[in-house]
Amino acid sequence: MKFQKIPAIKSSEITEQSIFENRRQLIKLAMVSTVGLLVPTPSMAKIYSKIPSGKQSVNLETTDFKDVSNYTNYYEFTTNKQDATHLAKNLKTDPWSVTVEGEVEKKGTFFLEDILKNNALEERIYRFRCVEAWSMVVPWIGFSLADFIKQFKPTSKAKFVEFTTLYDPEIMIGQKTKVLDWPYVEALRMDEAMNPLTFMATGMYDDALPNQNGAPLRLIVPWKYGFKSIKAIVKIRFTEKMPVTAWNKMAKKEYGFFANVNPEVSHPRWSQKRERILGASIFTPKRTTEMFNGYGEQVAGLYSNMDLKTFY
Amino acid sequence: MRRVFWQGLKILVFIISLVPVSLLLYDAFTDQLGANPIETLHFRLGDWALRFLCLGLAITPIKKMTGIKELVRFKRLLGLYAFFYASLHFLVYICLDLSFSMDQLMDEIPKSPYIIVGLLTYALLIPLALTSTKKMQKRLGQKWRRLHRLVYLIAILAVVHYLWLTKIDITEPLIYMGVIGVLLGFRMIKFRGLQ
Repeated sequence: MKFQKIPAIKSSEITEQSIFENRRQLIKLAMVSTVGLLVPTPSMAKIYSKIPSGKQSVNLETTDFKDVSNYTNYYEFTTNKQDATHLAKNLKTDPWSVTVEGEVEKKGTFFLEDILKNNALEERIYRFRCVEAWSMVVPWIGFSLADFIKQFKPTSKAKFVEFTTLYDPEIMIGQKTKVLDWPYVEALRMDEAMNPLTFMATGMYDDALPNQNGAPLRLIVPWKYGFKSIKAIVKIRFTEKMPVTAWNKMAKKEYGFFANVNPEVSHPRWSQKRERILGASIFTPKRTTEMFNGYGEQVAGLYSNMDLKTFY
Repeated sequence: MRRVFWQGLKILVFIISLVPVSLLLYDAFTDQLGANPIETLHFRLGDWALRFLCLGLAITPIKKMTGIKELVRFKRLLGLYAFFYASLHFLVYICLDLSFSMDQLMDEIPKSPYIIVGLLTYALLIPLALTSTKKMQKRLGQKWRRLHRLVYLIAILAVVHYLWLTKIDITEPLIYMGVIGVLLGFRMIKFRGLQ
């Protein structure tokens, strides 16, 4: 597949020839159909309701949308999980472009609209486990990161992929505070990025991602703690050296580069053996956390020669 | 007349102090505690325990500054409400968060020492609540005063507990630390200066 490097005019903004040639007729039609606007129409349909389910999707009962969309860690806006919902509404996610740079043949800046046209969307239901010991099950809409990466032809020097979140303190008001060293940066080893589970999400629950959940484009790495799954991505860089990531930089001992879900390795300040299931009744006990968040079969091989107590 | 006024005010304070727990119950029954209801209950109850502790500790300084002796009537009431909210905070942790699991508590304690600080703080509140009656106050005499000075230690431990468990944004625990610092500082000045 090909990307067009045309930041000047979006492909969606180019008028098709047939429309241009019939413009007079179309104007007439528009005038007539204005009358139609007076008739009430059904509310906007969900934009991804017909997306097929992906092979990697797990058959789990999903968490309520209202819980997933009102309990987010989005420090770019606030450290409060509920307030992020309304604060993130100020973010403009269209137009959006992603810059690809570093050790790749095809560098450039690409419109999200074109990226979404060139990558087959699918739904994947994954369990999402936060480092704060809570979890939820989300039906994401997006595409495989591996397929996406291949399109840019990484060179043999590309050993890591680094992702960067938008930096815009006027909108992302949390970036005016020093809770983290902005912009947020996350990264994966190349083999982790190329694993079939690794996913780029642009939607959830059959619709576009709500801003607070990382719109318009975020990473989803289901066997790692949630902070690896970076939101609102504007840059993807391929590097030879291991990138310095945001939380790792903030507290090395607490947040490792790998951050694989591991019940045997505690966070220095709390146990990771169990997790609170979001949206469950108050009488539901915590769930026992699974190694690699239950995705061991697919990913344990990536770490076969590593001591996961050292490389947490 | 004066007596009636203060008696009425005391009843009013008693009722107002039940508002936070009523709101929590209302939110619980109308499904408004959010995605993580146990956490919401636990945190909001902890906040109110600390607030009532601060209010109780504020009575003596305000009384000294304004000269309104009747304020003393509210000390026990506010202190017992601090104990009431701390008890609910403790019960939510044991019954809902831990689901009475000793295993889970043993997994959590080594990594989260602030739990021990919290449990200790609550344990220290119990004798104060039990000896809060006028009868006990009379029976214990001078010992009662000494015993109830424990509240200063409790206030410090409560703030340590809050500060220690906070992951990153420590603004709120720092505010409480400031308030309690001022309230305890007042007593230090009093001890040094006036006695």
